[in-house]
Amino acid sequence: MNPTVKRRKNSALVFVIWGYIIWSLVPVIIAVIYSFNDGRSRTVWQGFSLRWWWQDPYASIFHNAETRNAIINSLVLAFTTLLVVTPLGIALAIGSQRIRGRGSNLVQGLTSAPLITPEIVVGAALLITFTRLFTAVPLGFAAQLLGNVTFSLASVVVIVRARLVSIGSSFEEAARDLGATRWQALRFVLMPMLWPSVMASLVVVFATVIDDFVITSFLSAGVSSETVPLRIYSSVKGGATPALNALATLLVLTSFSVLILGLFGMSVWRKRHGERGGLRAALADVTQIDN
Amino acid sequence: MKNSPRLWAGFALPGTAWLLALFAVPFYAVACVAFGTIDPIFRDATPQWNPLAWDFTQAQQVFTSLATGPLRGVAVRTILFVVCAMILCFVIGFPIAYFLARHAGKRKLLLLVLIIVPFWVNYLMRMLAWVNLLSADGLFTRFMRIFGVNYNWLDGSPITVILGLVYGYVPFLILPLYATLERLDWRLVDAARDLGANSGQAFRLVTLPMSKAGLVAAGILIALPMFGDYYTNDLLSRSPSTEMIGNQIDFFLNASTQPQNGALLVIALSMFLLLFMSFYLRSTRMQARQTAR
Repeated sequence: MNPTVKRRKNSALVFVIWGYIIWSLVPVIIAVIYSFNDGRSRTVWQGFSLRWWWQDPYASIFHNAETRNAIINSLVLAFTTLLVVTPLGIALAIGSQRIRGRGSNLVQGLTSAPLITPEIVVGAALLITFTRLFTAVPLGFAAQLLGNVTFSLASVVVIVRARLVSIGSSFEEAARDLGATRWQALRFVLMPMLWPSVMASLVVVFATVIDDFVITSFLSAGVSSETVPLRIYSSVKGGATPALNALATLLVLTSFSVLILGLFGMSVWRKRHGERGGLRAALADVTQIDN
Repeated sequence: MKNSPRLWAGFALPGTAWLLALFAVPFYAVACVAFGTIDPIFRDATPQWNPLAWDFTQAQQVFTSLATGPLRGVAVRTILFVVCAMILCFVIGFPIAYFLARHAGKRKLLLLVLIIVPFWVNYLMRMLAWVNLLSADGLFTRFMRIFGVNYNWLDGSPITVILGLVYGYVPFLILPLYATLERLDWRLVDAARDLGANSGQAFRLVTLPMSKAGLVAAGILIALPMFGDYYTNDLLSRSPSTEMIGNQIDFFLNASTQPQNGALLVIALSMFLLLFMSFYLRSTRMQARQTAR
């Protein structure tokens, strides 16, 4: 190809890609800026203030009782889900990777199906289950916890299993040859090597649960189990003040902090253990896409 | 190592049991409500736990309604919206993924990070951002007025809903597309060019067949959640004139006294999507085989 033609073609693509990035990010940035609006409008700028974040004793997000309640509910739900889903997911990843024979297909199917099932189907099915079959589980926190664990279990399995595949079995075999029992090889050789994928799972699950709307909403029991996304959703539908933008911004800040912390932790771990990749590998762990 | 099946089965057991109880059994529960009966006094759905005694009269009614009756509009609209949004997603997403995979050069990591960012911005926040821009005195509405366009974006406009779906789901398409294109052996495309194919021919005869499985898989990956979407619609339109199947499910299960209809719609949607899911599994398997080669 003629080099100038090629360059021109590429510069058109560069234009497209930067256009896309601007389109995908600028509306969000504008929404963040309006959370600092001094007036009650979410669309007309009336000067800068921290009114909706902190200053207003009733309406600001850190002072409004219902909003604070939602923030606490969100955090509690996210951390308890992590506590349950991480051990469950790691064990399932190891088991499902190594199990052979008849049970294997069932396990593979069960672990991949939730990844491609629309959330509304899972949410609706769990709502029906908890109201008519497992009626011992009340709607609200308990049901939301079980639902979120179910929906995020598969992503832990995928992340950890990718790491298991890249580690291979030679390290454990070496440990066994040197006299370790099977359990010791697992505990002292494999487990420590899984650490980056465990960190990636923690980050991904935290972000999934803290952002989750559909399942948490189907399984909620009113205000007592309202989370931040549920509160945002119901406020967008009513007329709302910039406090809504502030709350949504807080949500975004939270998942970004966790993401950055996780990526940083993973890069440091890799560097310290002599693995190459750094940030790139950490990003690949989190997105499950090679880059 | 390999010869300890009991140990590995033991590892897989808790998670498998969890998914059986809270993923597989719930589908059975949905079926039992959908094919159950209605309590004659309280008018509530009574699940029929015995599959042999399932009653299909209500199912017939709802499925007929979807095919030819009052719910037909919703069914057609759902498919139409998703198809339009998908086409736009590919039009936007493919060039970006292609550029990232082939020509990004030194800037690749930066661009990749910027493209991953929307992934981590809450979906509701991204919709809220547009609700602000598109409201009657929003920045975008005011901007468009300069050009004489005076349009009520948030008042049941199908265009807004489709563009909302595109805005919401295109990031989820770009990454898998990029992963597919990144893995391609571009030397084959270069070879085609050297042998005299023009860029269109090389694309049609080499790039496309090589990446077909990945493109289909990536498309299905966003089609599935789009078919079940109801919140985009709810936030950007809130009008019955743009309702999709998800809105009906949400309505019947959360806001009506006819949960049986909701359960039946969940079954209808799941059966429809099962088609795509099996396609997806087939194309990912095909892709795995292609990369293995």
